[in-house]
This record gives sequence, C-alpha cells and structure tokens, in this order.
Amino acid sequence: MSWNRKHLLDIYSLSKEEILTVLDTAKGFKQVGRRSIKKVPALRGKTVVNLFVEPSTRTRVSFELAAQRLNADIINFTAEASSFKKGETLKDTIRNLEALTADIVIIRHSSAGAAHFLSRVVESSIVNAGDGAHSHPTQALLDLYTMREKKGDLQGKEVTILGDILFSRVARSNIWGLQKLGARVTLCGPPTLVPKSLESMGCKVTYDVKEALSNADIINLLRIQHERQQHSMFPSLGEYSKLFGLNQERLAWLKPDAMIMHPGPINRGVEIESEIADSERSVVLEQVTNGLAVRMAVLFLVSGGKVASLEQKMGDVN
Amino acid sequence: MNDLLILNGRVIDPANDIDTHQSLLILNGKVAALGAEADAKAPSDVKKIDAKGLVVCPGLLDIHVHFREPGQSAKETIETGTRAAAQGGFTTVVCMPNTNPAIDSPGTVALIQDKVEKSAVIHVYTTGAITKGIAGEELAPIGSLHGAGVVAITDDGRCVQNNDLMRRACEYAKMFDLPIMDHCQDYDLVGKGVMHEGHWSNVMGLPSWPAAGEEVIVARNIQLAELTGTHIHCQHMSSAGAVKLIREAKDKGIPISGEACAHHFTLTDAALAGSNEFWPVDGKGLLDVIKMDYERPEWENYNTLFKMNPPLRSGADRDAVLKGVADGTLEILASDHAPHCAYEKETEFDTAPFGITGLETELALGVMRLYQTGMMSLSELIRRWTVTPAKLVRLDKGTLSIGAAGDVTIFDPDEEWIYDRMKTPSKATNSPFHGWPLKGRNKYTVVNGKVIFGN
Repeated sequence: MSWNRKHLLDIYSLSKEEILTVLDTAKGFKQVGRRSIKKVPALRGKTVVNLFVEPSTRTRVSFELAAQRLNADIINFTAEASSFKKGETLKDTIRNLEALTADIVIIRHSSAGAAHFLSRVVESSIVNAGDGAHSHPTQALLDLYTMREKKGDLQGKEVTILGDILFSRVARSNIWGLQKLGARVTLCGPPTLVPKSLESMGCKVTYDVKEALSNADIINLLRIQHERQQHSMFPSLGEYSKLFGLNQERLAWLKPDAMIMHPGPINRGVEIESEIADSERSVVLEQVTNGLAVRMAVLFLVSGGKVASLEQKMGDVN
Repeated sequence: MNDLLILNGRVIDPANDIDTHQSLLILNGKVAALGAEADAKAPSDVKKIDAKGLVVCPGLLDIHVHFREPGQSAKETIETGTRAAAQGGFTTVVCMPNTNPAIDSPGTVALIQDKVEKSAVIHVYTTGAITKGIAGEELAPIGSLHGAGVVAITDDGRCVQNNDLMRRACEYAKMFDLPIMDHCQDYDLVGKGVMHEGHWSNVMGLPSWPAAGEEVIVARNIQLAELTGTHIHCQHMSSAGAVKLIREAKDKGIPISGEACAHHFTLTDAALAGSNEFWPVDGKGLLDVIKMDYERPEWENYNTLFKMNPPLRSGADRDAVLKGVADGTLEILASDHAPHCAYEKETEFDTAPFGITGLETELALGVMRLYQTGMMSLSELIRRWTVTPAKLVRLDKGTLSIGAAGDVTIFDPDEEWIYDRMKTPSKATNSPFHGWPLKGRNKYTVVNGKVIFGN
C-alpha cells in the first residue's frame, strides 16, 4: 500500500501501486455503504469544496455524498452562482476558498490542466473531477474498480473503448489506468473521433466494429457528445448508431461473458440499444455505486489518511 | 559627440563580405573607417571599447516585435521594449500592428512615431495593418499608411482569411513597393487549438491544430505571390511542411520568404508536458554545447510560458525549421517578442494569452543552436538578423559600410550564462527560457555611435 500524494490530478502520473492502493482502500469504503449507518469519521472537521466550473450532476453528487459519508463539511460552488461571471480569475477564486480554510478542493473545469494549475497556486489538496478533454481520474478508478470486481486481475484482459475518444477525458484516463494494470486497449469509432494517431498512446485503433467487439473481455461505451459535434464529426446520430451503436446483432458478436460499461449519461438508442443498457450484461449502475466508494477512498487518501488507521476509524462508528 | 573607436574585435559585416580582426571607427554617429585607417583617423580623446575576443557586427534587426503601444502599455511600452531589445543586442525593430487600436491609420502611426521620438533607445519602425482593425474584412488605407512611414503591411496576430482580399492587398501594395508579411494560419483548421496536434495533444487533452493549418496558408501565399508578383513574407514558420513549401517556391523564383523564431527551432510540444517529458527525448543533446556546470532547467506541465502562436510543434518540425534557417530557406530570424502581464499568464492554459518574450534570448539561442553546433558560420548567422531583414523592409540598415548609421552590436559568441527572466528592462517576464544555460551573449549595443547598453 503506497500513497504519498497530496493531490489527485490525473492517472498518467500514478504508479500501478498507487492505483491499487486507491482500489483496495475503496473496497473498505464500499462495505460502509452496506451498513445501516453509512458514515465514518475519517474526515471529521475537514472542509471539502466542490468547485464545479463546468456543469455536472452525477460527479458532483457522488463527491458530495462521499464527503458527507466521511463526516467532512462540504460546500458546493458552481459556476452559475459564482464570481466567475463577475470576471474573477480562477486563481483568485481558489485563493479565496483557501482563505476559508478549505482542506480539499474538488475541481471540475472545461480547460485541460486546470487542476494542475490550481495545485500550484494553493496549499489545499486538489482532486480533479474532470478537466476538459484531459483527465477524469475518479471515473477511471471507479471503472477499474468495477472491472476488477467482476473480472479479477486485468493483466492480459482485452478492453475496447467505443465512441468519442478524441474529446473524452474518460477515455484518456481509462487508457493509462488499464495499461498500467496490464490490460490491452482497443479504440473504435469514426476516424474523426478516433484518429489513428491515438495509437501513440499505446492502444490499438480499429474502424472494424466486429473486430473491436468480438475480441473484448470488457466493452466501455462512451457517450457521443452530439450537442457539440454533430455536422462536423459525423453526419447524424442515426448514421452513428447504424455504424457503431451496440444493438442486438452486434451483441451476438461479443464473448459470452463480455461486460458492458458506460460512464453515463447514456444516449439511449445511440451508442447502445435501450434494452442492452438495462440488461444483466451492463454494469452501468454498479459503476455509480462503486464511484461513491472510490471517491471516499480518494478524499481519505489525499487528506493524508493512512490505510492502516482506516479499520480503526471505521470501527469508531460501530 | 557620438564618436567611438572599437578596438581588437572580429569585425563581421556580411553585407560587405568582411570577417577580419580590425578596428572600427564611428564619427558623428556614422561608420567612418575600418582597420588601420580607423586607428589613424580616431581623435586622441575618442571613447574606446576594447572588443578583444568579441564579435563586432552591424546592429541587429528584429522585424517582428509587439511593443503594445498604443493601448496595452501594462504589458510593454516602446521605452521598455526598446531597452529589452538593446540588452539583447538589437538596434532596430519593426512593430506589429495588433495594438489597441490596431495600427490601421496614419494618426496611429504618427502617435507611435511620437512615442518613439520621446522614449525609444533604439530605432523603431512600424508595420501597418492590411485590413481595417485587422478584422480581415476590408482594406486598410494602405497608401496613407505608406505615406505615414510604415515599412510593411501585415495583420499579424491575425491572418487574412479571405483569399480575394489578400490578393487585392498584394496588388495594391505593389504600387508602393510595400512588402506584405503574413501570420499564416487557417482559422477553420486552427479552431480553438492552443497547441500542436500530435502525440502530446493526445496525452494532454488540450484543443490542438495540425501543421496543415499553417501550410494551407503558406501555399495560398505562394500562389498569390506568383499571381501578383508582390513579395509575401511568411512570419514565424513552425512546421516542416511550410519550410518545404517555401524552399520549393523559392527554387521557382516566386517572391516569398520565411522567418524563424528561436523557440520554434529549440523547443517542441513535449515541453508543454513538462521538463520531465521534454529532456529525455526532444531535449536530448540540446545543451551539449554548454561546458560550464549548470542545473538543467525544470518546469511543470501545462505551463503557460510555453504557449505561443504558432505553437511549438514536433521534434521533426523543430529540426526542419533549424535546417531551413541554415540553408537559407528561412532567411530572417526574429523574436515575435510578445510581452504579457504576469497575471494574464497565471491562468488556465486555454485562457492564457499566446506569446512569449524573446528579445533578450534570441541572439544566444541562435548562436547556440546554429553556430556552436557547426550548422552555420557566424557571418551567415548574422546575415539573418541584418542584410536580409533590412532588405525586406527596405531599410538602409544592417551594414557597416562607410557612411552607414553607427549601429553596432558587440557580442561574445562563447560566453556561457544563465538567463534570468526577472532581470529584464521589459515590463514582462513571460519567457520559457528562465534558468536556461545559454551560450553567446550581447556585450555592447551601439546606436548612432552611442553606447546604449554595456554588459
């Protein structure tokens, strides 16, 4: 077990051991969620700020609940209600939050590198909840958690990520996390969203859906951000669905035990047929549940929590 | 009196094919004599500089700087900008028109000339805009701008997208023998890009644009230069493809030229991922010419001091730009000195302004990368900052011919030093080369026979 980081900024810079530390720590926190009293005092007296400069519901709520379950005080700070509209810089905003003695700041921002930038201008711990198309480390960690829970060791496993890769921070984080844990990653989708150049990251890129699906132990479908890309990246949602959507015919190409994942929100009928999304092959809601445990683990670790003391702290509530 | 005798230096004047250890005499602010004649003619009480071990060359020109006046004097002023230029060894600069307001009227040109008169320590000339407000929609009053004294027209900071408008600008400017400079980029391909499209944009998730975004416009300019016969100068070339296009066009005799900036022939997009990613691959061997002890500079990823336009590109692009300078395809060196306030750069990468300062580091980086590596002779290197830029903007500068202005740069091509971005007369400190060991250093800057900088 190793964790000496004050921040969680991306997956690229984490070692395999650090990733496994988060996942093992999350295992303990998942147990807490099954109790009648779902709280532990691990972050009692700490202040956590949810600084969401880009709109988000599920990630924000997940972090909020994770902080509450650790007994932290949490403040939500969203762009709509904030001083950004009055022209305050991000640096000034975060220094104000620091002056309010925020111990941990969770940042969601539309600009890649925003979390890294903040980590250099304040003393608080920074947790990246998604920065532009760069990284979404807790999403990758919860995906890895779910994969390991269902499939065991990921060494040698084949994982296909299908959909919008180019603009996806989820893809960028998953690719590094999976490779560090020994999995092989195949990317598939239209060349406009999955350029061949992505092979520089050590993945395989294919435009043959059958090949991409039939070899996979795990399939991670990514949302098509059609509100931004239609017209220039692909002609229509209908054509996307026809060429790349996971339908009954393509489902038959999958290995019998292949697992289907999606980080949400789902465009039903676009990247995945509605019935498949709700089928037992899909672990979409388990990903959400695991996300809570992973985020508790991350907040605990960046606040300096030591894994050895965790058992004892959990015991305090019992 | 602006008299000066420079002794014992290695006098290099590419314009006259001179490279000899000899004396140089300036009388009344003008080059008066060289060699034994200089020693003989020098008044007994003349001010002297002993240039033993130093290179004495025509005052250097940088035809691509942003001095931010009028309208953005928090970033830089003509006074502070010219002091930075003097420190870097430059005696003549040409300002870009993307000020506020843009330099698109004779009144604004007059305002700049007035500021220059009052506060500049070196010679300052300005360009005028190609289009009104550098908006790319209608022609600026090019004839009046010419009358007011601009030395070229450009929309630098922006690029004229309308090919027909660019064609008409070329045709119209020909009447005044005004060269056109162009900041080459196609906005459709650039989009919201803030870095080069390649491996590192894949890793970093920043909006990116391909080298093709520059090459499309370079190709357009080649076609229009051929069609109209007007010279088009392609500013700050960053890609291998653009260098190749210019090389081929020049071989055909088309009136086109290219410019290179030190950052584009030194750094790569890997620098945006931090020094840990840059040094092992693209930075390998870069500091081999440095013999003194030094600490290798370190910086973090997403550092906005590495954000400029055009962006740092791949190692292959960087090497092609370097080679393009050496073989004369890119016959002009410039800094694209682009000062910004510290707070403007202390922000998210996407929102930080493009641009870095460069006047104080470009001589050293040029010497280090092109002369110390054996790619170019000192004379050829000096030509890129003297004869060729002076010829492009039709200025009687960049030579030590008898009777020429007594503008002289005296530098040590072998001195090793550490650049400190905080020790600058510029208002801005946004240089990515902070803490870098450099080789080659300006020692004296002389304008009209007056020593305005001595190190």
